[in-house]
Amino acid sequence: MSFGGDDPARAKILGRVRDALSKSGAARDEAGARAAAEAYVAAHAYGPRPRMPGDRVARFMQRATDMESTVAHLADRREIPASVARYLDALELAPALAAQRSRQGVCWPELADLDWAGAGLAIEPRPTTGDDKLGITGAFCAIAETGTLVVLSGASTPTATMLLPDTHVAVVSAARIVAGMEEAFALVRDERDGLPRAVNLVSGPSRTGDIEQTIVLGAHGPYRVHILVVDH
Amino acid sequence: MQIASMHFKERAHDNMGNAQLQGNLQKIKGKFVAKRRQSLVELDDVEATREAARAIRQRALDNLDVWLEMFERNATARGATVLWAETPADVNRHVLAIAARHGVGKIIKSKSMVSEESALDRAIEAAGLDVVETDLGEYILQINDYEPPSHIIGPALHKSKEEVSDLFARVHGTARKVEINELCLEARQMLRKHYLSADMGISGGNFFVAETGSVVLVTNEGNATLTTTLPDVHVAISGIEKIVPTLEDVATLMRMLPRSATGQSISNYVDLLTGIRGEGEFHGARHMYFILVDAGRSAVLGSEVSEALRCIRCGACMNHCPVYQSIGGHSYGWVYPGPIGSILTPSYIGLENALDLPQASTLCNQCGVVCPVKIPLPDLLRKLREQQFARRLRPWSERAGLRLWSWLAARPRLFGASTRIGVRMLRWLGGRDSLIHRLPLGRGWTDGRDMPAPAGRTFRELYAARRADGGQR
Ligand code: SF4
Repeated sequence: MSFGGDDPARAKILGRVRDALSKSGAARDEAGARAAAEAYVAAHAYGPRPRMPGDRVARFMQRATDMESTVAHLADRREIPASVARYLDALELAPALAAQRSRQGVCWPELADLDWAGAGLAIEPRPTTGDDKLGITGAFCAIAETGTLVVLSGASTPTATMLLPDTHVAVVSAARIVAGMEEAFALVRDERDGLPRAVNLVSGPSRTGDIEQTIVLGAHGPYRVHILVVDH
Repeated sequence: MQIASMHFKERAHDNMGNAQLQGNLQKIKGKFVAKRRQSLVELDDVEATREAARAIRQRALDNLDVWLEMFERNATARGATVLWAETPADVNRHVLAIAARHGVGKIIKSKSMVSEESALDRAIEAAGLDVVETDLGEYILQINDYEPPSHIIGPALHKSKEEVSDLFARVHGTARKVEINELCLEARQMLRKHYLSADMGISGGNFFVAETGSVVLVTNEGNATLTTTLPDVHVAISGIEKIVPTLEDVATLMRMLPRSATGQSISNYVDLLTGIRGEGEFHGARHMYFILVDAGRSAVLGSEVSEALRCIRCGACMNHCPVYQSIGGHSYGWVYPGPIGSILTPSYIGLENALDLPQASTLCNQCGVVCPVKIPLPDLLRKLREQQFARRLRPWSERAGLRLWSWLAARPRLFGASTRIGVRMLRWLGGRDSLIHRLPLGRGWTDGRDMPAPAGRTFRELYAARRADGGQR
C-alpha cells in the first residue's frame, strides 16, 4: 500500500477516465479543458437564486425559526448574559430533563469579557470537555435565505462548543447576516487566507427522522439552538 | 455488501406480502413526496435551478480527469492525503492500512454508501477493530447484524418503532422503550461515549470540491460533524464522480438536494471540510485522507448510461416510484435501490448479475420528472434493456417474442391485419362480461386480476374511420 507518491491505482483510474472521455467523438483537447476549468473556477459564477424581498435580518430570524432555532434580537452585546439567563428560565422541560436548564457552560474567548456571573451564569471561556450543559459561540456570519449560522473552525473558535452541550447559544452580529451561501463563501474568501479546516453551516438543532420519519430533536448534538442577533 | 440482485423476483414477491413493510412504505410516500413539493415552491424558478444543477454535475463529468486532478492538488496542498481505489476491496485495504498506521482501535462512521459497496464495516471488524455507525438508521441496521439498508436517505425506514424497540431492548440490554423519542435518546447516549473515545472517523462525501480540495458532508443529525470533529484521523470515502467544481456550485446544488431528499430548505448540518487541524486548534483531524473510489464508475462514464453518474443520491426517484413503493428497497438486492439502483447496480456489478432490475420499472417517468439533476432514468433503463437483449441475457421466449413483434411492426399491412384478428380474439375471450380471467401466455398477469377485453376496433381502424369522416377529431 502506498501513501502518496506514485500510486498505480491513480494512473489506472485517471487513464480509464480519459479513455472514457475520448470515446465520444473528436480528440480531446486536454490543455484546453484545463484552461477552461481554471477559467470556470475563477469566474465563481452564481446559479439561479430565489428572490429575497424585505429586510435581511427579519428574513433570517423567520427562516431560523422555521428550522426550529429560537431567536432573540438585542441592541447591545452587553445584554447577552441576561438574555441567556431569561432564555434558560423560560425553557419548558419535562421533569426528567430539568437538568438541561443548567446555568453552567462554556463560551468562546471572544465572549469571555461579558458579565456572565452578574446574570447568575457559570460560564468558562474554554473548549468543552463534553460534560458542559451550555455551549455559547459566536458566528462568522449568518445566511438569511435558510436561517443558517456559518461557523469557522480556529484556535479561538473550538467547534465542539456548538456540538456537545445540550444547548447551543450562538451570537451573530446583525451586520453580518448575508443573503445566501454564495455571499457567505465570498466573505470567507475576502477575510481569510483560504478556507479554515471546517466551515460548519448550522441550521437548527440536531435531529433525526430515521424511525418512522418522526422528527426527534437532539439526535447527537444540541437539543436546541438559540440565536442572539446583536446590533452593536 | 452481499449481492442478491438475482433474487429480485422472489424478494419482491415476499415483500409485497409483508404487511409490516407495506405499512411502513405507505408512510414514506406521504411524507417525503408532499414535503418535497412544498419546499420546492420556495425557489422562485425551480426548473432553472434544476437545469443549473444538471449542468454543474454534467460539467464535472465532461472533464472528470481535470477536476479530479485539481481536487487532488488542492487537497494535498492543505495537508490531506489523496488515495485512489480501483475496486471496493481496495477501499477496505486503504482504510485498514490507515488505521494500522495511526494505531487506531475504535472507528466511528457517518453514513457512506460507497463503504456499503465494499462491506467496509465487516472488513474492519474482521481485522479486530471496533467500528460504530453513527447515523441512527445505519446504527439500527448495524446492531441488527448488519441488515442491509433499504433507502438511501433513511436506511432503516422499513422498520417500525416496535421492531426498533425490541432490537434496542435485546442488544442494549435495557428496559424496552415505547416512544420514538425515548429510543432516540437511548441511541444518543450509547453513541455519545463512542464519539468521545474513537480514534478515527470515517465519512462519505456528498461532494468533493475541486476548487478548494474540500469534502462537503450533509446530515440532519450532525453525526458527520461530530465524526469529523472529535477523532484525530478522518477518512472521507466517495466515488470519483462526486466532484463539483466550485463553492458556488455547492450553493446551487444545496438548493436542490435537501428539498429533493426530505423536503427541507436546508439540512441542519452542512460541513465543508478542508485539510488538517489548524495552528492552535482544539478539534479536527490531525490526519486527513480522501479515498477516491472508481469501482465501476469509469466504465459507466464511457457507456450509454453515463448520465446516471450525475446522481446526488437524494432518493427522490425511489420516493416517487410506484414499483419501489410496492416492493421496498430490499428487493433490489444491493446498495442502491429504486430507479437509480436499477441502473447503477447492473452497471457496477454486471448486467448478468442483476437481470431483473432494468425490467423493474413501468417507465412511467415519475423518477425522471423529479430527479434534481435531470437524469433521464427511464431512457437509461431502456438502454440497459436493449443491452440485455443484444447480449442474449433475456429468456429465449422473450427474445423470440420481441423479434416477432419487431418483424411484424415493420410491416404495416400485416401488423394491421394481425392486430385486427388479435383484438377480436381477445374480445371473444372476454365473453359476456368483457373480462379476461385467464390470458394465454400471460397467466401471471391474470392470476391476481382480470384483464378488461378490448372494446372492439383497433386504434388504426378508428383512426382510418375518423380520417374518412373528414378529419374530425
Ligand atoms: S437519480 Fe436523481 S432522483 Fe434518484 S437519487 Fe439520484 S439525483 Fe436523486
